[in-house]
Amino acid sequence: MKKDIILAGVGGQGILSIAATIGTAALDAGMHLKQAEVHGMSQRGGEVQSHLRISEDEIASDLIPEGKADIIIAVEPMESLRYLSMLTHEGWLITNTTPFSNIPDYPDLDRIVEKIKSIQNHVAVDADAMAKAVKAPKSANIAVLGASAPHLGLEIGKLENAIRKIFATKGEVVVQQNIDAFRAGLKASREYKS
Amino acid sequence: MQKLLLLGDEAIAQAGIDAGMSGIYAYPGTPSTEITEYVQSSREAKEIGIRSNWSANEKTAMESALGMSYAGKRAMVCMKHVGLNVAADGFINASITGTNGGLLVVAADDPSMHSSQNEQDSRFYGKFSMIPILEPNNQQEAYDMVHYGFDLSEKMKVPVLLRITTRLAHSRSGVFPKQKKEQNGLKLPEDLRQFVLLPVIARKQYKRLLSHQPEFVRLSENSDFNKYFDGEDKSTGIIACGIAYNYLLENYEGKNIPYPVLKIGQYPSPLKDVERIYDECEQILILEDGYPILEELIKGLLNKGKRIRGRLDGSLPRDGELNPNLVGKALGRKFESRHAAPDFLRPRPPKLCKGCSHNDSFLALNEALSEYSRGRVFSDIGCYTLSALEPLEAINSCVDMGASITMAIGAAEAGLVPAIAAIGDSTFTHSGITGLLDAVNNNSPITVLILDNSTVGMTGGQKSSALGRIEQICKGIGVEEEHIKVLKPLPKQHDENVSVIKQELNYNGVSVIIPRRECIQTLNKRMRAKHKAKVADIR
Ligand SMILES: Cc1ncc(C[n+]2csc(CCOP(=O)(O)OP(=O)(O)O)c2C)c(N)n1
Ligand code: SF4
Repeated sequence: MKKDIILAGVGGQGILSIAATIGTAALDAGMHLKQAEVHGMSQRGGEVQSHLRISEDEIASDLIPEGKADIIIAVEPMESLRYLSMLTHEGWLITNTTPFSNIPDYPDLDRIVEKIKSIQNHVAVDADAMAKAVKAPKSANIAVLGASAPHLGLEIGKLENAIRKIFATKGEVVVQQNIDAFRAGLKASREYKS
Repeated sequence: MQKLLLLGDEAIAQAGIDAGMSGIYAYPGTPSTEITEYVQSSREAKEIGIRSNWSANEKTAMESALGMSYAGKRAMVCMKHVGLNVAADGFINASITGTNGGLLVVAADDPSMHSSQNEQDSRFYGKFSMIPILEPNNQQEAYDMVHYGFDLSEKMKVPVLLRITTRLAHSRSGVFPKQKKEQNGLKLPEDLRQFVLLPVIARKQYKRLLSHQPEFVRLSENSDFNKYFDGEDKSTGIIACGIAYNYLLENYEGKNIPYPVLKIGQYPSPLKDVERIYDECEQILILEDGYPILEELIKGLLNKGKRIRGRLDGSLPRDGELNPNLVGKALGRKFESRHAAPDFLRPRPPKLCKGCSHNDSFLALNEALSEYSRGRVFSDIGCYTLSALEPLEAINSCVDMGASITMAIGAAEAGLVPAIAAIGDSTFTHSGITGLLDAVNNNSPITVLILDNSTVGMTGGQKSSALGRIEQICKGIGVEEEHIKVLKPLPKQHDENVSVIKQELNYNGVSVIIPRRECIQTLNKRMRAKHKAKVADIR
């Protein structure tokens, strides 16, 4: 099993927590992992992406080749489209639909959504609303992770354990909020009709 | 031993801890910052007494590490590539003095300038000072090279340079640690004049360095970090340096590469292997994630030999970071993607955080300057550099750390009066103080804004080295007390701040204005930590 994953969003939206969770679950499953993170200047309200590669075999490059990503997981709709050329032909595009509009010329959301829906394998969910509905307003990122879970090739239980591990230092309340957000995203994804 | 999941930076730090390093010296700089931060937050490092406080700049870091080496102990210095320019004097001369305890210099380069002013290649510095250079291709090699580098430094009595790039520094992967080593005891050099570079001694020391050169090549030829893989198809031979080797492997996805491949991780280049691949193959493709150093060397000035392909002949782009696709294209592969990003997407440039004190400082400065012609604000490197962009468009230069004050001096002397310098608190202590001394000695008509957000904001909020002592420093240098003004950069103080700045712009001498308000990010971090401590107390 091998999955090449692009994580996309805006600085501060928590894509590194998604990466850490998938990474922890993959290690737990005895897989190899490489994850190229973004640090420094690009974090201040700018676009951020991370390449996450998990595989049963050794992984050579820290970067995923163009057109080879199995999944794009995005916490923001416009950002979900920025790295589209990275996606393989049958790749999955999993994204939040709530925009993060911190620029004056943010494009028309309908056009963005239309483009997302034109991708054959996609899941577009309102992760912000889902997170709020389960009283975990800060966990939209983990709701998106939940929406991607059926396509990651990892056991759901292992992903939930990873969430517990990653958020353990923040206390039981935060752990439970993230589990709830994850399950909400997972449910929406399973019921999603494109 | 258990596999650890580490960033390249963290692998280097953990290796230092395991290899008996007694101290790490550094000034923050992306992508090197996490090396020192890892040691600072390591309980193990604390227990065994590894010193790890930030230095004022890369030069002071380099020299302090050399002092630790003089005393017989192992020391690491870390910096971003441009930091090596600042440390260069000490760095180059340390190869002449030689070392006593192991001395490892880690330089983190930034091809593609993800967060830098240029993409200079630190291997040039290593070559310039004629010392061995190590360049890992993955996190495990980075870890192993720290152990090897310290041993090599102690064996050959020279500093060793470890060169990494952003991609490796900030990518995470599994690393197997090695057996831990004890720190060295205090032990002075046998020759107490070794470090005295009077010409008569320096000449002798320089000859020693020169005489080591053939041995450095031999060590490279026998190094485990340099590997020759033969291949059937001799139409092309491939030399792949550091992380570029991974991009080559990626293109064959675990299958055999048909061409002979020389993987290089240690310099000076392994001459025998280079000669072999050149002799056996019809043409050579050179993959370097940085400047085309090896390519230029092998090609030579006249380029009369075999065809050498790489960044210089257009097989690869002349600038920017390599990746699997660029390497694949150089190998003649075609890539097709069914998907393409739509053209209506918009870029999201980085911005000052909401509520950042720099925003209020520059709004006030812009208004105070409205009666003058534009183009007179010399600035520096830090979060505040973002004020060059819309909507503030407040500054006209950002060159190297400290250059704001000194450029303002020169421009004022050319007749641009008033000239303004805008510099952050950490940049001021890094290399602004000496420039301010020049200004005082010249009585230059400049106004210096020291933007004091009480932290090193740009690199993630490290401790600023003159916290709470900026006015004292300015006074000590000789800035007149009545022309040192402290402001509170807040919207409600705006009018008052504008009038103070206007007043100082009119003064025909050196003024220092210090807008002081803590960085929002640092403040939030501090509040969260405080809250956590409180909760822990209650429990
Ligand atoms: C020689 C050199 N060392 C380090 C850096 C990395 N760097 C860029 S800005 C900066 C510090 C900025 O701190 P400060 O001046 O206090 O401004 P702030 O970001 O807090 O606004 C550092 C360390 C660099 N660009 N050049
Ligand atoms: S990190 Fe601090 S200094 Fe930098 S933009 Fe944000 S608030 Fe301003």
